[in-house]
Amino acid sequence: MASSPLIDPDVLERVLASALRRGGDMAEVFAEDRRSSSAVLDDRRVEELASGRERGAGVRVVDGDTTGYAHTADLSQAGLLAAAEVAAAVARAGGGGTRTVALGPVASAGDRSLVDPAAVDKGRKLELLARADDAARAAGGAITQVQVSYGDSRRRVLVATTDGVHVEDDQVRTRLSVSCVATGDTGMQTGYESVARTEGFEVFDRVAVEDLAQVAANRALRKLSARPAPSGELPVVLAGGSGGFLFHEACGHGLEADHIVKDASVYTGRVGEQVASPLVTLVDDGTVAGEWGNFAFDDEGRPAARNVLIQDGVLTDYLWDWLRARKEGRTSSGNGRRQSYQHLPMVRMTNTFLLAGTEDPEELVAQTPRGVYIAKLGGGQVNTATGDFVFGTSEAYLIEDGRITAPLRDANVIGNGPDILRRIDAVATDFAMMPGTCGKDGQSVPVGCGQATLRVTGITIGGTAT
Amino acid sequence: MSDLVALADRVVDGARAGEEVEAYVARGHDVEIRAYEGEIESLSSATTGGVGVRVLVRGEGGARLGFAWAGSLEADVVDDALAEARDNAAFATPDPHLALAEPDGVTPAELDLWDPTVAETATDDKVALALEVERRLRAADPRIRQVPSVDYADERVEVALASTTGIRAYSCRTGAYLAAAAIAGDGPDSHTGTGISAARGFAGLDVERVCADAVARSTRMLGATKPPSGRVTVVFDQRAASTLLAIVSGALSGEAVVKGRSFFAGRVGEQVATGSVTLADDPTDARAFRAAAYDAEGLACRRNLLIESGVLLGFLYDTVSARRAGVASTGSAVRGGYAGTPGVGCRAVVLVPGQLDLEGILASVETGLFVQSMIGVHSGVNPVSGDFSVGVEGLMVRGGELAEPIREATIASTLQRMLQSVLHVGCDLEWLPGVAAGQTLAVADMQLSGN
Repeated sequence: MASSPLIDPDVLERVLASALRRGGDMAEVFAEDRRSSSAVLDDRRVEELASGRERGAGVRVVDGDTTGYAHTADLSQAGLLAAAEVAAAVARAGGGGTRTVALGPVASAGDRSLVDPAAVDKGRKLELLARADDAARAAGGAITQVQVSYGDSRRRVLVATTDGVHVEDDQVRTRLSVSCVATGDTGMQTGYESVARTEGFEVFDRVAVEDLAQVAANRALRKLSARPAPSGELPVVLAGGSGGFLFHEACGHGLEADHIVKDASVYTGRVGEQVASPLVTLVDDGTVAGEWGNFAFDDEGRPAARNVLIQDGVLTDYLWDWLRARKEGRTSSGNGRRQSYQHLPMVRMTNTFLLAGTEDPEELVAQTPRGVYIAKLGGGQVNTATGDFVFGTSEAYLIEDGRITAPLRDANVIGNGPDILRRIDAVATDFAMMPGTCGKDGQSVPVGCGQATLRVTGITIGGTAT
Repeated sequence: MSDLVALADRVVDGARAGEEVEAYVARGHDVEIRAYEGEIESLSSATTGGVGVRVLVRGEGGARLGFAWAGSLEADVVDDALAEARDNAAFATPDPHLALAEPDGVTPAELDLWDPTVAETATDDKVALALEVERRLRAADPRIRQVPSVDYADERVEVALASTTGIRAYSCRTGAYLAAAAIAGDGPDSHTGTGISAARGFAGLDVERVCADAVARSTRMLGATKPPSGRVTVVFDQRAASTLLAIVSGALSGEAVVKGRSFFAGRVGEQVATGSVTLADDPTDARAFRAAAYDAEGLACRRNLLIESGVLLGFLYDTVSARRAGVASTGSAVRGGYAGTPGVGCRAVVLVPGQLDLEGILASVETGLFVQSMIGVHSGVNPVSGDFSVGVEGLMVRGGELAEPIREATIASTLQRMLQSVLHVGCDLEWLPGVAAGQTLAVADMQLSGN
């Protein structure tokens, strides 16, 4: 998938030099060319076949603790110089003068062998939708509505800085999701399942969309007989791959250095302390090939990296982007990401997961006299200052006498991050990942989450049954 | 103005025989400033523009629709978008209900949504405002131990729409925002409070309000504990009520109804809420932050009364969902910028105010919970089943007055039950950034989960 550079090196050098004309410590050009396509099948019809193209660049100038940023859809030298002029306006220290910038050869991710979704016939994509729709409807007569959504994107990225960074990355992502509504005497219930990978169309050689559709449909069907979720604190068993978001919310956000350096996280100043059960080893790893939060270079040009955040319960490090790492005199951990060229980079997670343990997942349930078994989590949210977080259940059951029994209606679960991490008393071997979208400060980026089946001795379940 | 309309017209002129074409062209200027520790932490500024093109081809079994968008207003990119939309149409399923909007004779409201102070105010003055708020917050109360961010942002947006079916609309609007977060601390106990103000222009921003809210909402939470579980009357403050109202109005989308995804389906004419609930979506009220003369298909926005004295009157529709339901569009198409296709949405939901203000409503509650903020709204509320469960922080209400702060708790019910349990709608209507106005709301008999 080799192609000509988004911006010629000599143009980059002139723009970077111009950006520091008024002074400043660092200038950066981030360019992006993103093509995407999507299709939605709803109510048995392909309603929306869409294609999109977004191309532009952002120029960042950092002067002391101040960042100036301007972006443009005009990738010509004139357009980029105009953006550099605007971004440079924040630099007030002076001392710029005439600078020259010399970039080395571009480092690139190298060609990965994949099937570029843009080269796949649109008819084949639509066939996936139809197959998923058929399979979902075949799962039961109570399935009254099915929506199948497909999307792919190819994002070419270029980063060049006055520090000598000069890299390109080429990120291809493919996703498909199925949402079902089942209708019964007790009203309507919903079920959802998705696949989302940082790879090309070949993902559908391995993943049968029929399987996704059946999982989504069965989720909705089972909940037709669901009873209200309990209210109050109970032990919770989280199924493998169902709820990595627990850690994303419960502690991942609190370990982002932008919160840390502003003393706006419960984890500030706690490196070296036991912050979790010894069963907890938490890793953020942008290098895991194919996972939804995977890339070769982050959006500041740093190579993706594997970072251990909590080792056997002890806090070992935070997540860093260029700006916050510089303040602490260290290097970025490869966690500087942005939604698009229209946004400033900030500290973000990639693929965040808890390493597997040694227990048998079924034994975990059998050893739990009464509690809640969560087979699938929805999204969540955290207040990093207090560590309080919530996440929604989208498939959950009661555990009674060590057995999984009645399905439960959707509810939110609420806990406190540091508290929950200490209350993990068993982790099983059945590790699995799941994809998600992480929102922060108005920017969305794809992330992965993962864990094996585990038990928390008590979480507050926000249901209505007493 | 004229260049955007001309661009939209040019796309539409590219329609081939047998095609219907619609072009949505948008351009925006944005400024964002963040202040921290007396300095500008970041300042970004940009102009963005793009086009979304829909091509509709009629044939056997109905019409096929294709869409393409591009983040550029350059002629060759725009032409590519038209070609791509045309190609996409060839793959879509024919559907007799698909159509582009056609003029329906409703005259758009004359709204002045453009405040020249957004463009006229110097960047230095905007920076000074953000720095001023930061300084005031740090000095406001000794318990404020951190001000992690003060954000100023403004935008100027222009949109032109044209189609072969006779739509031609141009509108422009401005917006200015101020938001601040403060962290109050007392030992290991920390709480964040936010203050927000949104206005049409720079001059309308309420600095006092932003500071007072950020301070009060953080400091009053100090010492918060997890409450015991139980059934309580919940008083939602203006901001929480606005969030709640936006969720309810999502279920009033005719699109959700015709696709069997709303708990309101099939209930027109029924008493779905207590008599104190009269709900309308009125984008023609210029005070509403999302007020608009035209909807996202170029039809005039209008006031739509949806629930009157608790009785469900009807739903909101765009052109396609209206055709599916056999009714007319209510001018309620919305889209998420040039990269989105039209869907149904509300813009300015408001409840007819009741008699009591916050104090009066609290006074009517012997024991209850006052909610100042909710988390997990996107994961814990299911607009199809109506299941409602969200994380809350706020203050208990005892003897009609605000009492001790609580945290790490949830409130749960179903949206259906909550509407049937509305005790009071506040008279304290305030327009907030979002699709629904803020009014204090009291709802009886919700399950509070804590210890």
